[in-house]
Amino acid sequence: MRRFLRPGHDPVRERLKRDLFQFNKTVEHGFPHQPSALGFSPFLHLMAIGTRSGAIKLYGAPGVEFMGLHEENNTVMQIHFIPDQCQLVTLLDDNSLHLWSLKQHGGASELREEHRFTLKGPPGSPPSATQITAVLPHSSREALYLGTESGSIFVLELPSFRVLEDRTITSEAVLQRVPEDYCNRRSCELVEALREHPKNPDQVLIGYSRGLIVLWDLQNSKATHHFLGSQQLENLYWQRDGSRFVSCHYDGSYCQWPVSSDNRQPEPLENLVPYGPFPCKAISKIYWQTTKNGVPYIIFQGGMPRASYGDRHSISVVHGSQQTAFDFTSRVIDFFIIFSSEPTAEFDDPSAMVVLAEEELVVIDLKSAGWPAVHPPYLASLHCSAITCSHHVSNIPLKLWERIISAGSKQNVHYSNMPWPIDGGTNIAPDPPQRDLLLTGHEDGTVRFWDASGVCLHLLYKLSTVRVFLTDADPNDNMNTMGEDEWPPLRKVGTFDPYSDDPRLGIQKIYLCKYSGYLAVAGTAGQVLVMELNDEDAEHVVDHAEADLLQDQEGYRWKGHEKLKTRDGPVRFEAGFQPFVLVQCQPPAVVTSLALHSEWKLVAFGTSHGFGLFDHQQKRLVFVKCTLHPSDQLALEGPLSRVKSLKKSLRQSFRRIRRSRVSSRKRRGAGGNTSEVQEANAKFDQDTLQEMELAPVQRKIEARSAEDSFTGFVRTLYFADTFLRDSSRHCPSLWAGTNGGTVYAFCLRVPPAERRMDEPVRAEQAKEIQLMHRAPIVGILVLDGRSTPLPEPLEVAHDLSKSPDMQGSHQLLVVSEEQFKVFTLPKVSSKLKLKLTALEGCRVRKVTVANFGSCKTDDYSENDLAVLTNLGDIQIISLPFLKLQIRYPCIRKEDVSGIASCVFTKYGQGFYLISPSEFERFSLSTKWLVEPRCVVDVPEVSSNNHVHNRSGMENAARKSRGSGRSSGDYGEDERKSGKLMEHALLNDEKVLKEIQSTLEGGR
Amino acid sequence: MSRPHRGAAGSRGLGTMEVKSKFGAEFRRFSLERSKPGKFEEFYGLLQHVHKIPNVDVLVGYTDIHGDLLPINNDDNYHKAVSTANPLLRIFIQRKEDADYSAFGTDTMTRKKNVLSNVLRPDNHKKKPHIVISMPQDFRPVSSIIDVDILPETHRRVRLYKYGTDKPLGFYIRDGSSVRVTPHGLEKVPGIFISRLVPGGLAQSTGLLAVNDEVLEVNGIEVSGKSLDQVTDMMIANSRNLIITVRPANQRNNVVRNSRTSGSSGQSTESSLPSSTPNILANFLQGEEESDEEDIIIEDSGEPQQIPKAAPTSESLESLTQIELQESTQNGFLPSSEMNLNHSARSISMEYEVQDADHKSLEEDGTIITL
Repeated sequence: MRRFLRPGHDPVRERLKRDLFQFNKTVEHGFPHQPSALGFSPFLHLMAIGTRSGAIKLYGAPGVEFMGLHEENNTVMQIHFIPDQCQLVTLLDDNSLHLWSLKQHGGASELREEHRFTLKGPPGSPPSATQITAVLPHSSREALYLGTESGSIFVLELPSFRVLEDRTITSEAVLQRVPEDYCNRRSCELVEALREHPKNPDQVLIGYSRGLIVLWDLQNSKATHHFLGSQQLENLYWQRDGSRFVSCHYDGSYCQWPVSSDNRQPEPLENLVPYGPFPCKAISKIYWQTTKNGVPYIIFQGGMPRASYGDRHSISVVHGSQQTAFDFTSRVIDFFIIFSSEPTAEFDDPSAMVVLAEEELVVIDLKSAGWPAVHPPYLASLHCSAITCSHHVSNIPLKLWERIISAGSKQNVHYSNMPWPIDGGTNIAPDPPQRDLLLTGHEDGTVRFWDASGVCLHLLYKLSTVRVFLTDADPNDNMNTMGEDEWPPLRKVGTFDPYSDDPRLGIQKIYLCKYSGYLAVAGTAGQVLVMELNDEDAEHVVDHAEADLLQDQEGYRWKGHEKLKTRDGPVRFEAGFQPFVLVQCQPPAVVTSLALHSEWKLVAFGTSHGFGLFDHQQKRLVFVKCTLHPSDQLALEGPLSRVKSLKKSLRQSFRRIRRSRVSSRKRRGAGGNTSEVQEANAKFDQDTLQEMELAPVQRKIEARSAEDSFTGFVRTLYFADTFLRDSSRHCPSLWAGTNGGTVYAFCLRVPPAERRMDEPVRAEQAKEIQLMHRAPIVGILVLDGRSTPLPEPLEVAHDLSKSPDMQGSHQLLVVSEEQFKVFTLPKVSSKLKLKLTALEGCRVRKVTVANFGSCKTDDYSENDLAVLTNLGDIQIISLPFLKLQIRYPCIRKEDVSGIASCVFTKYGQGFYLISPSEFERFSLSTKWLVEPRCVVDVPEVSSNNHVHNRSGMENAARKSRGSGRSSGDYGEDERKSGKLMEHALLNDEKVLKEIQSTLEGGR
Repeated sequence: MSRPHRGAAGSRGLGTMEVKSKFGAEFRRFSLERSKPGKFEEFYGLLQHVHKIPNVDVLVGYTDIHGDLLPINNDDNYHKAVSTANPLLRIFIQRKEDADYSAFGTDTMTRKKNVLSNVLRPDNHKKKPHIVISMPQDFRPVSSIIDVDILPETHRRVRLYKYGTDKPLGFYIRDGSSVRVTPHGLEKVPGIFISRLVPGGLAQSTGLLAVNDEVLEVNGIEVSGKSLDQVTDMMIANSRNLIITVRPANQRNNVVRNSRTSGSSGQSTESSLPSSTPNILANFLQGEEESDEEDIIIEDSGEPQQIPKAAPTSESLESLTQIELQESTQNGFLPSSEMNLNHSARSISMEYEVQDADHKSLEEDGTIITL
């Protein structure tokens, strides 16, 4: 009722709101969660990755990205690009085929699903008869060959997905001329591989799982060659000239087979177990790449000795005497080789190997000596160590940007400088409006600096804090040091390393001052490091101080982890951010809030026990304040264990959700009968409902009291130059907000610059505000006389912000999880408030001031609060009047980790984790929108002639059709007319098919 | 009271009401306009006049329909006395100096067994010395049934005044489902239910909420479509002045309009009575009743004080709000001298919680104020 009565349906404002706010999820950064399939088009130079949740993502040149999602959310099993087309076919684990195409729409290409198809066998046949195991898109672009579990090969017409039944290759037909004894020993079983002859499109190599390989002539529908393999087959690969092919097998061997017209049943030329003689694991995929100098590249996946290296995920590259087994950090999903695809080229000349592992993408430069890795411009593994926090800094000054890049480039010397080999498509998005940095803190004590300006989230620089501390792990312990003659010649590649040496190293809070290059980083064991950017390597001692936050409170015992041990003496730091001050909180609880003021050279930090202020210029602790309530035993004993167990239980519940989702999906996939499935689902739902009724979830309704746990937990710290004591003099101040709804304000006396080192910084408590609703305080902000938030330190000095209005009266905004409240200053009296929880039942999780510009008029912009609630909604609330402007659902409310990971930018964008390895980027602003916009053109070179020819034929066909009949009624007659034409006009079956499909497309 | 009153219920629409007033051994009879009883002060003056005791300070009491002697000392209880009187309003007047305060309260006249008093007072209460009960104006409402006139009879709107009492709210809610009649027939719909009452908690002590009552609204906002956690958060956010609309699981105790069945609690309002409470909700919805929200500010480690409003949001605060404002000031936020008062107040509402007064170690370092 209140809502309707509220004034504010002002049409002018409503129009302005439309010009200011708009919600879009723009792009997913990082590495796809649970990838399951890989595809590559040498023609388009695009790579496709499918995931277990049914997503398909295409990547080309940096900035060229497409994403599609299968409705079924089933695992993508295989991806195949149609040769020389902007089309690809996906096979899902429910045995359905999907045709996707890239079409231009409004100037940019879009990925769309065109068709779906499920292969159906004759009535009464078992489901295995049509279970697809191998897919071959024929180079004619007209047919898709589908190998199945039953050994039959079905032919689908493209793009209509119509089964050409008369062209099905049955196992009986294949077995006709196979010797009796071989035949008896083994039947065909499932089709493992289908490979088209590189020179003769009418010949297709068919590999069956039991080892039989057949060269099939499509023209005459008969087998021309039989290759009687003795080992279970894994895969096949044609050599470029088509005179030989390679097969790889379950026992870790591979064979070369000759193909010639004289011997229809040849013996293998070579049969080799590369990592023998002891039993080896299967070689699941093999490439044989020819080079100009005659020494081929043999590249194969797996084949490691079963007993000693059976757990490695390896791909071996053999080139003459050079051999390396690349050892990946996670399971290899699939890989491909980029080689010369020019049909006229004589040799393959491989340039790069692209490997999709479960947790990262690794690209190896095969051209440069030593086969170094290539630094990918996208698909970064954000989770190489679990992300523990993130911090976004907008609009980085060019100077700092360049310094960070130069520090990063020194770390990346071991990467190849080969240009990124997957370069299809054209990025037509406008250049990013500004340089943005996203900093992620990780469990292993590192901070990664990402270029978050554009579509490609790119690692610029990695900072490690580990060096400051003494840890169990020896930093010199290098996994890569291997003896020269080590066998197998394993080489570790990739950065994914989820195992942290010491959980205390975890980064919890980050604060970067973009003007001064000061960085403060705080971690799990109460460590606070202040760093400075240095362009050179340096060796120096880190100043060390301890902050006893319990002060004289007695009788407390900390049962949590110990503080980190520090290294004595000078420590060598590489170029980049180098720590010069370390403050360790005592007790060493997780640092829960952090603020840095680079102008006053002060850093403030808080834990569940209290907060402190450190002067990093004089390297002196200014004060500490204990916020602990004496009865809060939980906080005393060490919250970490409990927080951890909570995290664990959360993780478990996620797992449970995921498992149930997977199982329900599996169920859907397995049973063909839909009504049965529905029934089962209904029963399942009922069961779970009953289960719920048996053990109802209860929630206690109780007002918060001061004795609740963790009321002293410091949630937010804020520096402000404002009127704290009286309205005539403003002074530096530090504000702290706790979990129990208390705000402390300290008046600071910072000596002027010329006496900065001589006089101590002083602090005195000036105010304490207890919010009666006692909700945790998540944000504190001071608005100046124009109701604009105070600028960041040094912002005014760099002429990047108007100096704050010190004439009018300042206001204090306190945001708790439940309410927004504006108070007057210096005399604190409540001015207005917005209750959120009391009215809507949601709580504030994240809040930031964001600047929104109008998309219509360049000179209009305003500051608002961007708020994320625990329900995953995003709300925009106006300043200073606290009016709700707009609300968007953004994250599922069950996605607790997504909500916890959300970070807003200063210009109305944001990021949150949709999986451990992926950030979703969203935008609330009409003006600042970073999203992929790209074009993929079909290169015309390859088959210009052919196309021309074909269109001529089509015209002929159309003409003949036009003269034949006047209207409608195509169908059987049409096909007959096609046959007629075949005799009358053409002898080329291919062209005929083309015509046919055109006619059918038109029908 | 400035607020216009709803007209008295029509069934009792006799124009006047008989008053029988007793002072010492003397009786006086007179009549009052039922619909226009006027203010307490006028009534007080009238009593002094009819008894011819113009300069004597007296205490005024009346017997309610249960036979309890209840005080009349302000407009509210005066109006209530007038409106409950049927057919006769019996007034008892005592001199202030020799007044027997303990005479007031529940069971005072008839000493009959009251179910609720058993719940509130466990058996050991007999061993305790008799507690001196202060003047009833020090009582603070603990709960009330409100808006009876606008709600369907199957629903009950309960207001719990957590503010000013140390009693925990003391109840739990759960998810559940209830059957609704819809245009498509009977339908099972999800709902929120009370799952447990904590013994000795505010919710239980009122007797107005029970296990399996379905929660329909929280402070005027419907809970349908909201998750259990959302409703939990709403209730906690409103915990200092919680108004819950429930559909009681037990529909037999429903208040029937215009009858004289009273709520079981001594504090509950008579259903059919036009009292000031119906306005509370409306009041809340206008967002003006913020008395539960006065934050505390300590300037320069000095005396804590409540944060005043920078500018009044409405031109006049309603009298009820003002009363509560006073109460909240009494409630210990202003230091020591009024602390005792607060304790005594608490001792009335729950005698067995008195002993924990010392466990509330207030003022640990002179600046932190906890209550």
